[in-house]
Amino acid sequence: MSQTKNPMIGYGLLFAGVALLPLLGAYPIFVMKVMCYALFACAFNLLIGFTGLLSFGHAAFLGAAAYGAGHALKVWGLPVPLGLAFGVAAAALTGLVFGALAIRRSGIYFSMITLALSQMLFFFFLQAQFTGGEDGLQAVPRGHLLGLNLENDQLLYYLVLAIFVGAFWLIYRIVHSPFGQVLTSIRENEARATSLGYDVARFKLVAFVLSAALAGLAGATKTLVLGFATLTDAIWTTSGLVILMTLVGGMGTMIGPIVGALVIIALENKIGDAGKLLADLTGVQWFMGLGESVSLVTGLIFILCVLAFRRGIVGEIGHLLEKRRSGS
Amino acid sequence: MTEIFGIPLPALLGQLLLGLVNGSFYAMLSLGLAVIFGMLNIINFAHGALYMMGAFLAWMGLEYLGLNYWVMLLLAPLVVGALGVLIERLLLQWLYKLDHLYGLLLTFGITLVTEGIFRSFYGVSGQPYAVPEALQGATNLGFMILPNYRAWVVVASIVVCLAVWALIEKTSLGATLRAGTENPKLVQAFGINVPRMITLTYAGGVALAAFAGVLAAPILQVTALMGSNLIIVVFAVVVIGGMGSILGSILTGLGLGVVEGLTKVFYPEASNTVVFVVMAIVLLVRPAGLFGKEK
Repeated sequence: MSQTKNPMIGYGLLFAGVALLPLLGAYPIFVMKVMCYALFACAFNLLIGFTGLLSFGHAAFLGAAAYGAGHALKVWGLPVPLGLAFGVAAAALTGLVFGALAIRRSGIYFSMITLALSQMLFFFFLQAQFTGGEDGLQAVPRGHLLGLNLENDQLLYYLVLAIFVGAFWLIYRIVHSPFGQVLTSIRENEARATSLGYDVARFKLVAFVLSAALAGLAGATKTLVLGFATLTDAIWTTSGLVILMTLVGGMGTMIGPIVGALVIIALENKIGDAGKLLADLTGVQWFMGLGESVSLVTGLIFILCVLAFRRGIVGEIGHLLEKRRSGS
Repeated sequence: MTEIFGIPLPALLGQLLLGLVNGSFYAMLSLGLAVIFGMLNIINFAHGALYMMGAFLAWMGLEYLGLNYWVMLLLAPLVVGALGVLIERLLLQWLYKLDHLYGLLLTFGITLVTEGIFRSFYGVSGQPYAVPEALQGATNLGFMILPNYRAWVVVASIVVCLAVWALIEKTSLGATLRAGTENPKLVQAFGINVPRMITLTYAGGVALAAFAGVLAAPILQVTALMGSNLIIVVFAVVVIGGMGSILGSILTGLGLGVVEGLTKVFYPEASNTVVFVVMAIVLLVRPAGLFGKEK
């Protein structure tokens, strides 16, 4: 990462551009959905990219907050900020319990434990009454904020953008704080961080809870936007999806997860069309079913990324720029 | 009729047997995971997908080629083992010098592709597979009715698991394998082809998963997703048992199957989650796992 230029200008331009998108004819719901997943991936990246912990259970926090916020908004009729806050609190609490258990083992065991715990929560959501089981929690009202009716997509768009920018700023501050530096040192050399006197387990747990809470903010906002929370939010494939987004965009970069989320969501939306096109071109009927088995394509991207493309899109671009600079 | 805690004895024993059947699958899969992890330092997420493939191969063999259960019980592990050789040579071998997590991610990708392929052809509904003729019916033991096929699954799994244990702990081939796990460089210096040993270990591990898949085909529905539901439980089993000991893996797998079966009798709502709860408790009490060594 270059330290010479102020990255704030770049981020400012990026978000200003996103603010203009609905005026340029972009479909607001789609962009809001991308922003929610981008925030989810940024929260996940805080762990994998900056602390070196691979959580394979982040869907648990997305799901806990999605159901939590949905229940608070629909059943209790809480105002929007409180509903979102309740969702975040539910995710943070889940993160505290899961984190306290998972950090007792490191490396690959950590990933397996987070995956197993999130599967446990999935079965809980499947059986519990308040989640609506297989049907999910439907028709969550958007409500009002400061007298403004959020049923209006445009208004909600700017609220979601504000939430996203606020959370992104928070993540930026965390990563670039002394606390973030300690996290990076744990990623680079855990034994050394311990020997320097840092309570590594505690730092890991705080990072885990922060990441869970931010993932929860993404889940709560997603419920507000789409008006429903379902088991898809909490299932293990969603944990895999957020890993893929972060990997494709670039682990350990600030905007990589955003790029990755955009690429993967767009791909999921377009893959059925691509399948139809391929079926028309080649005459092979099998391609028609491609939209139904997205996992085939996401799996191939996973394999490709791990073998040849580990820096991700943003990471590769940064690497090229660095090489050119040092070369000239 | 005899009752224990208000549960009729035959029902209790029936669930216990079903628990042992599930436990046999946990044991065979966690054993394979442990052996592969020992040699390759990779947690093979694809283990569940390859187990599913074993079950599907059994079904396809009968459906398309008319090959019966017994032929496929032998053939499916060979086919999946050969696929394992390909996976290891083409994909996994590039990852050994990298962080463990890339191995998990790559095999996760393989899982998604495999499941996607089977889903695109067969959808998500289950394919029925009949119990082979010789094992149909049940035996009346006096105190319970024992379904022959379930008894066969438990016996066959335990025999195979013990055979693997004997192979690794009691033969010279196993000694080389264990030495390779401890110090591959030194073993290589003795003139042993370590890369080939790694390839064969992976192939053997996934063949074991395919064998379990064929055993499962007549009991469970053969679906594209049958493996991923299982592999997550097996991960919990591996965390509980620790991957240090072969016999430990087998015992933990069988034991947790029994615990799950008993939960189904006394508190069915928790039967899906009980293994994860046990994992949480073990993490609190003995973080390294029941048979693991503290580092």
